[in-house]
Amino acid sequence: MADSMSATPMTGTHGHPSGGEVTKRDFLKLVAGAGAAVGVGAIVWPLVDSMNPAADVLALSSTEVTLTPIEAGQAITVVWRGKPVFVRHRTPKEIKEAEDVKLSALIDPQADSARVKAGHDQWLVVIGICTHLGCVPLGNAPSDPRGEWGGWFCPCHGSQYDTSGRVRHGPAPLNLAVPPYAFETDTKIKIG
Amino acid sequence: MAGLHKSDFKNPVVNWIDTRLPVFTMMQKEYGVFPTPKNFNYFWNFGALAMVNLMIMIATGIFLAMNYTPHVTMAFDSVERIMRDVNYGWMLRYAHANGASMFFIVTYIHIFRGLYYGSYKAPRELLWMLGVVILLLMMATAFMGYVLPWGQMSYWGATVITNLFSAIPVVGDSIVTWLWGGFSVDNPTLNRFFSLHYLLPFVLVGVIFLHIAALHITGSNNPLGIDVKSEQDTLPFHPYYTIKDSVGICVYLIVFAVLVFFAPNFFSAPDNYIQANPLVTPAEIVPEWYFLPFYAILRSVPNKLGGVSMMFGAIAVLFVLPWLDTSPVRSAKFRPIYRILFWVLVVAVIALGMVGAHRPEGAWVTIGRLATLYYFLHFLVILPVLGKLERPLPLPESISRPVIGGGPLPAGATAKPMEKV
Repeated sequence: MADSMSATPMTGTHGHPSGGEVTKRDFLKLVAGAGAAVGVGAIVWPLVDSMNPAADVLALSSTEVTLTPIEAGQAITVVWRGKPVFVRHRTPKEIKEAEDVKLSALIDPQADSARVKAGHDQWLVVIGICTHLGCVPLGNAPSDPRGEWGGWFCPCHGSQYDTSGRVRHGPAPLNLAVPPYAFETDTKIKIG
Repeated sequence: MAGLHKSDFKNPVVNWIDTRLPVFTMMQKEYGVFPTPKNFNYFWNFGALAMVNLMIMIATGIFLAMNYTPHVTMAFDSVERIMRDVNYGWMLRYAHANGASMFFIVTYIHIFRGLYYGSYKAPRELLWMLGVVILLLMMATAFMGYVLPWGQMSYWGATVITNLFSAIPVVGDSIVTWLWGGFSVDNPTLNRFFSLHYLLPFVLVGVIFLHIAALHITGSNNPLGIDVKSEQDTLPFHPYYTIKDSVGICVYLIVFAVLVFFAPNFFSAPDNYIQANPLVTPAEIVPEWYFLPFYAILRSVPNKLGGVSMMFGAIAVLFVLPWLDTSPVRSAKFRPIYRILFWVLVVAVIALGMVGAHRPEGAWVTIGRLATLYYFLHFLVILPVLGKLERPLPLPESISRPVIGGGPLPAGATAKPMEKV
């Protein structure tokens, strides 16, 4: 690495006493330095990449959920990729509240229709992780606080989400994420 | 430079070794006769205390690792086994956990000592910056160590802190996934934190070596903040400061022992005796006390990236402190205005610590914001300006002079700038 740092032709002092003249030695230093840098990178990358999710972690990437036991107004938590996912059966009132909000009133503007599957708008599926610093917001259990907008309330730093899982009160910057999922039948979804 | 070292040691074995590898000569030079300013007060104990503390941490940590299992299903139980079944396991763990708190107490005092007496000023800038690196390494090590028992606070602390990196635009989420080795804090995260928690203390030892090497080039600062002028101003490190440090170490060990044996859970959160549950966030996540001021800064900014930047910025300003403080006078003793503002800073940092421990509601939000504002104002605005405006008190001619009588010289003689700046 030291080589590659001192290899810049214009800064080296020995090898070309005449000043800024570029010599063959400068060229060789530069090539050797660049080669060493590529070599070090090639060795370091496997070490760095070994810290990324391993194949078995990636393999555990889909979860099936049966929706029939969830009554309107209730929500459950399932685990997908080690994260909590909220599956909420919304009441007509909650759906209407979510749809009627003006997009300009939102911190992270997104229409409710973009967050649910067409024809299944009573089902809201979101990753139950606050987009601020990763806490699990409260609001699934009947006794939990749901915040001013009737969705979820994060106990860590006070973020609040509405019935579409959209952030309505900071510090969270983004809406609760919608995971990739599909309806296998009308009463069963597959997340992932 | 081949050639044997000429050793003065009389013991033939010592002499034989010293001739070939002059470690005894080096120790004699750096810790025996090393000329040290003779006016140190007890605040100059804290570097040595930190060193002792690090050794205690490494020793207890090595033995804890012999009984600890870094796996999500076994980590919590293995720690409980250390507490209940392993001989003296409770003592090792309590010494290690409270040792972390003691380490930060000692280090924070050491840092504020440096701030008060201007120990970061020329020619000790690099010494100071190495110290900031040491602080960062300590924080990383302490954070990862706290995750290992795999309690609720371990898990959620790890989740919140690693998520700080998701504030980085564009690549943030990839970095967090990379840090976790998965899609949440999980077994791969625990494994790597254990590995790094074992590694970083030895990196610390390396940086501390450089910190001390730099110290032994510039020599120590002292309560007057003026340079050593002659041998009259110094004492040999041994026995004078080995003894003075020993007194401090005794007091330190008493405090440490009281904590370990009488209040071992004083600094710990009860929630960490509940095993980690990825689906339930505790009602309140509070970091360990030594992170509270930084946590308060994070929460004082109602914007994710802004909060995270300010939090890291709080340490970044320390890196450039030697160039922010424009006053050539080191010791606050001779800086009447800085001396007051130093205490305002201390109050602001303590206030931030208290804010960090409370829910961000009501008055705490305001106090947190004011204290955060002052923290940055102090370093970024006040120190650069104050150095130009403040009129320092006359400096003594030498370290010896106030001691042997005579006091400061008349103003005319001391009006010249204190040192080569």
